[in-house]
Amino acid sequence: MSGTYLGMPAFPVAAREAVGNETLRANLRHATHTIRDKRAKAVAELADWDRLREAGKRIKDHTLRHLDRYLVQLEESVTAAGGVVHWAADAAEANHIVTELVKATGEREVVKVKSMATQEIGLNEALEAEGIAAYETDLAELIVQLGEDRPSHILVPAIHRNRGEIRDIFRDRMASWGRAAPDGLSDTPGELAEAARLHLREKFLRAKVGVSGANFMVAETGTLVVFESEGNGRMCLTLPETLISVVGVEKVVPGWRDLEVFLQTLPRSSTAERMNPYTSMWTGTHDTDGPSTFHLVLLDNGRTAALADEVGRQALRCIRCSACLNVCPVYERAGGHAYGSVYPGPIGAILSPQLRGTESEIDASLPYASSLCGACYEVCPVAIDIPEVLVHLRERVADRGGKGHRLEKAAMKAAGWVLDHPRVMAAGERAASRTRRLHPSKPPGAGAWTDARDLPELPAEPFRDWWRKNRANDIEDGGA
Amino acid sequence: MSGTERDGQSRDGGGASVGSRERILARIRTAVADAPEAPGPVRDYLDTHTPDDRTVDLLAENLADYRALVHRTDTPELPALIGRLLADRGARTLLVPPALPADWLTGTPEGLTRIADDPAITAGELDAVDSVVTGCALAIAETGTLILDAAPDQGRRRITLIPDHHICVVRVPDQVVASVPRAMDRLDPTRALTWISGPSATSDIELDRVEGVHGPRTLEVILLTE
Amino acid sequence: MRAALFLTCVNDAVYPSTGIATVRLLERLGVEVDFPEGQTCCGQPQYNTGYRREAQPLVRRTSRVFAGYDYVVTPSGSCAAMVRGHYPDLGGEAAAALAARTYELTEFLVDVVGVTDVGAYFPHTVTYHPSCHGLRMLGLGERPRKLLEAVRGLELRELPGADECCGFGGTFAIKNPDVSAAMGRDKVHNAAATGAEVLCGADNSCLLHIGGMLSRESGAPRAVHLAEILASTEEEPWS
Repeated sequence: MSGTYLGMPAFPVAAREAVGNETLRANLRHATHTIRDKRAKAVAELADWDRLREAGKRIKDHTLRHLDRYLVQLEESVTAAGGVVHWAADAAEANHIVTELVKATGEREVVKVKSMATQEIGLNEALEAEGIAAYETDLAELIVQLGEDRPSHILVPAIHRNRGEIRDIFRDRMASWGRAAPDGLSDTPGELAEAARLHLREKFLRAKVGVSGANFMVAETGTLVVFESEGNGRMCLTLPETLISVVGVEKVVPGWRDLEVFLQTLPRSSTAERMNPYTSMWTGTHDTDGPSTFHLVLLDNGRTAALADEVGRQALRCIRCSACLNVCPVYERAGGHAYGSVYPGPIGAILSPQLRGTESEIDASLPYASSLCGACYEVCPVAIDIPEVLVHLRERVADRGGKGHRLEKAAMKAAGWVLDHPRVMAAGERAASRTRRLHPSKPPGAGAWTDARDLPELPAEPFRDWWRKNRANDIEDGGA
Repeated sequence: MSGTERDGQSRDGGGASVGSRERILARIRTAVADAPEAPGPVRDYLDTHTPDDRTVDLLAENLADYRALVHRTDTPELPALIGRLLADRGARTLLVPPALPADWLTGTPEGLTRIADDPAITAGELDAVDSVVTGCALAIAETGTLILDAAPDQGRRRITLIPDHHICVVRVPDQVVASVPRAMDRLDPTRALTWISGPSATSDIELDRVEGVHGPRTLEVILLTE
Repeated sequence: MRAALFLTCVNDAVYPSTGIATVRLLERLGVEVDFPEGQTCCGQPQYNTGYRREAQPLVRRTSRVFAGYDYVVTPSGSCAAMVRGHYPDLGGEAAAALAARTYELTEFLVDVVGVTDVGAYFPHTVTYHPSCHGLRMLGLGERPRKLLEAVRGLELRELPGADECCGFGGTFAIKNPDVSAAMGRDKVHNAAATGAEVLCGADNSCLLHIGGMLSRESGAPRAVHLAEILASTEEEPWS
């Protein structure tokens, strides 16, 4: 993934700052609770939601099981419809392919539709290094780009910014990127959206190259699908002469009819609408309608490594709806930046360590960035068992025995031995109970716990002693 | 067979990219070699959630719910309605798809300039046009969605995108289906499809919904009984 | 009817009152209760922290200790979820068999014993926190609420944001202390806002965390396990 995130501190360190930022906490709380409630209503409208969810899961699992076949079929369909297909094993190769394609047009700028895949590979930075300006056109991405910021949510990347901050960014930064913000710009969402419309329109109208991702690709027909709301997607997909779409290999589905499932589950899970305002579907090139040249760059970049993991591969079902972020109590408090990846929240915690490996501090800490409450699994429209994958990845991290984990493993082994010897455990419990009056309320070494909570007073005797005195006829220690 | 083999661009990277197609496909085959078979979906989800006699009313409700302006009329009254909507808007220029039924525009205001959808017209020129009138391929009641497939009564995708005012005529009940699954069979995936559910919108600022960003900020839908 | 009490390690060492209450409650309902003393820990702390291998001896032990019982009852949704959700994968046939015979307390009462009115008396205002594992992994649904609603003298108050995690999450509370505490504080504020005297839960590990924060932050309401409320009668009131 992008170099932007190299050297990120571990999740707990990064989260501490966010937890202490009351404004950010309030912004996130308001936003996630609003959309979570709306989603619940939108989903409740469909009596067959569970069946749609199961169908979506199966379509994805089946596709992943035969991914080679469907990608080859997709390549044939797209090629037959007038497109050119490229294969990129990693971020560097994808960036190189796109850069060369843009250079070949002779253009020095591109307009971009919001795309997780191009963020993942750091395409904007790669283009900039070659002297090509990449303009983000989604309103939230524009806010992030102008503010030299990082996205913090999959669907609403500027969720961490309030209207006042956005007004300031537009007022201070728009002029250096193109049309300046109108004088006297207020902080009402309507005026801010209008400023973005005016700023971006000149870029759309002169654009010769568009860059996008895609939500789905249909192997059978070669059709690509982009879901959006603002119309910036339609602008980028139809006005330029050249369209380059960078899409993860896992985005393919076998048939046209498979879309009917995701067209129902994605909008309701994502923006909590029955349908998002605009969905574009295109198949290769369409004569005089839209780009005359279409390139599809199929991206691996760690996906095949995730596919090889029997538990972890279910993360590749993800359709990037972000419902899991909106219900996650950890995301709500820690914010998106703490996840050190373009994929924040629960899905990020299982995707990033699989795509990037668990070597870095941030990636080794992500599988633990969850209380395993299961709210994410409950709302996932493709039934990714995120807690299951988190626990599985913890095992991988623990096995590597990195920082802190060797000691932890030794402690787990010792505890395991005690717990496998009930007499020893009972003796320990009794000793603790007998000496309970001597225990400090903040014992040394328990800092992480007692910084925020008191420890309960230990009982006069453990339950097993009460049982022996009051109920047991037979005092044999059954399991020792 | 593949685009890659014809494509010189991806070979310029110092050899790293040569054979990426084969490498990725090989990685996939290795990755899933021991994976259990995964059968496709059982399509036991509902074909529709709506009684057939409710589809047109539901379409109207759902369009309005997402801030489209909905009008109902019949064939004789259609030209006058279109004329009134354009006049109310103060439109001076109107984009016209190549095969829009000619009688739809017999009631347009005096002095309205009609502009044909010509591939030679630039995006900048389209930006100066006030309104566009089109038909549609299909509408979905449950989601309040209009689907355009760039047929001659709708024109190229850009003409319903750049002007700020779009009037879309839906023939009811023929062009209305209840649900998304029922729409799929009636669409041709080889065409360029645009699904429109209300005017463009954003919720990017504090999740406060604002209608109208880049697409037409005013979407008027005429439900036409023939 | 005979059932084995799977008390769990936290309850044994820290909350014997929950075990005693569970025994009294079940005996009052005519269930013959046994406490196999070879039991220790279900292995969840190890498993959830990524130490699958270290959990396995405990899975085998637990499966062996409870092998002879038709019903195994535990006053912990979290440990029940560990057994039901993960034992079949971790411990083979014996563990899978235990998974099929293990009931969380409210499931056992409502589904097996077939009661919602257990004859309890508890003249206090109560708000109920449904712990995540009981709520989502076991799908306890309305069972705890039905049991509480049938308690004489008890006034039940809605807990705002009830389905949100309290922030305990086992080692999560240690590994991510700031986020855990922030979640806990929100839970505590929601509980305090109900004005209830008692915050009731069916999982003492969550109550250890929430109660520890209540004690630090406001002192009210008091965290009490559901079993203790259900065990309470006019003759033998909770204290």
